[in-house]
Amino acid sequence: MMESKPKSFVFSKGIDDYFSGVSSAFQFIGRFFRQASKAPFHVREIINQCYEIGLRSLPLITLTGFITGMVFTKQSRLSLETFGATSWLPSLISIALVRALGSLVTALICAGKVGSSIGAELGSMRVTEQIDAMEVSAINPFKYLVVSRVLATTITIPMLALYCGFVGLLGSFVNVNAHEAVSFISFFKEGFATITFLDVFTSVVKSIVFGFTIGIVGCYKGYNASNGTQGVGRAANQAVVLSMFLVFIEEIVIVQISNWIRYF
Amino acid sequence: MHKKNDDSSINHTEAVISIRGLYKSFGPLDVLKGIDLDVFKGENVAVLGRSGTGKSVLIKILVGLLKPDAGNIMVLDKQVDKLNQKELDALRLKIGFSFQNSALYDSMNVRQNLEFPLKMNYPDLKKNEVDKAVEEVLEAVGLKDKIDQLPSDLSGGQRKRIGIARTLILKPEIMLYDEPTSGLDPITSIEINNLINDVQQQYKTSSIIITHDLTCAKATGNRVAMLMDGVFLKVGSFDDVFAQTDERVQRFFNYNFIQ
Repeated sequence: MMESKPKSFVFSKGIDDYFSGVSSAFQFIGRFFRQASKAPFHVREIINQCYEIGLRSLPLITLTGFITGMVFTKQSRLSLETFGATSWLPSLISIALVRALGSLVTALICAGKVGSSIGAELGSMRVTEQIDAMEVSAINPFKYLVVSRVLATTITIPMLALYCGFVGLLGSFVNVNAHEAVSFISFFKEGFATITFLDVFTSVVKSIVFGFTIGIVGCYKGYNASNGTQGVGRAANQAVVLSMFLVFIEEIVIVQISNWIRYF
Repeated sequence: MHKKNDDSSINHTEAVISIRGLYKSFGPLDVLKGIDLDVFKGENVAVLGRSGTGKSVLIKILVGLLKPDAGNIMVLDKQVDKLNQKELDALRLKIGFSFQNSALYDSMNVRQNLEFPLKMNYPDLKKNEVDKAVEEVLEAVGLKDKIDQLPSDLSGGQRKRIGIARTLILKPEIMLYDEPTSGLDPITSIEINNLINDVQQQYKTSSIIITHDLTCAKATGNRVAMLMDGVFLKVGSFDDVFAQTDERVQRFFNYNFIQ
């Protein structure tokens, strides 16, 4: 049988594990950029993943975006009515959806739906040795599996976020139209009048960062899964929890930066 | 019963795999403690041993999936642990690795599983060339009718065969089998043993067969290596190893026969 010898730690097991985890996560990100910048580019697989991640998320994003816009309008109406300011609703909702809600709601939905599915898929491939099988066939599994998925989330999530914002505005319009005689064109004209280039730009940049985060976290957790089916479940779960946590942190940081830019 | 190569078909002067002083540990666990082994051209070597003795670790080191802690590992005259990624990939194309659980890509059907390594490594191949290669290996493993099925629709034995076919499509010079008969009924195990011998003859491969199944070791191995406590206790013919008086070896053999 195998012999064992005592293991020594630099600090303690917990602290050592934490730092080695952070270090391996940064190495994983570095590896992504190195591999993504080198040929061959698996364009077909990237398109396939864009379809899986983007198009298959559309129904959920449509429903959530529409309801978000409608509910937010309903709730805001109560406060604005007190001041007789319901005419501000299109502007208010547009700013809220473009600056924050569109990208944030999309990111949270995708973290749940896409992040978990990437974590589980790659985790299952890892524990059943499918990733090793690629490697021994001289195929680069990192490039084929990780780079294609991270690029796909980085490309599709900003598109989904813009779409979510638009659908949210439609939901808002339905509510506004039910109470006031506002036409479709004047609602959108008024809504977009208050939106600046910086709002849209920030929203897109934010969604790109969210997309990259969701993809890389899902891939990192799945690619490094271990301990059989339990490990697959844990990878999927951690992919969702960690990517949601990072999305919120990134939201705060990016909003802060965009506010500095706005005021200077 | 399909026969393995006889001694005259083996070139005892040309070692395709040469292992000297191989050490490997995982954290505090010492798994391999100074392994020496030669596999000659055209030869099948069965590595016997209990679960957890590092048999699979040995072949994973040979394809560069794991790094050795110490030792000299030469495969087809290349020192595996010193190769860069490009050189390692070129070497891997000459080595077929059949996984214990087949490791078929479960989102792809049989045809796609077989095409995948070929298309990824030789993107300029024409469709008819790929189709021909797929048909050829499916015929070699006797599963031509399963071409459009998903791995989930196949039996354990069929999955093993397709796993072997997927490695054969790259025309390897060396085959590494990780527990080829584990989890299979005796009849299917014999079929897999026959297939291993057929591959040796048809594809002129040299192989390492990792197993704890004595029938498999006897049927497929020109030599048998008994791995115990991180070292080879004996390397030789099946009868030589079986004749060992070492109590641990005898216990392993007796337990296998009782089972």
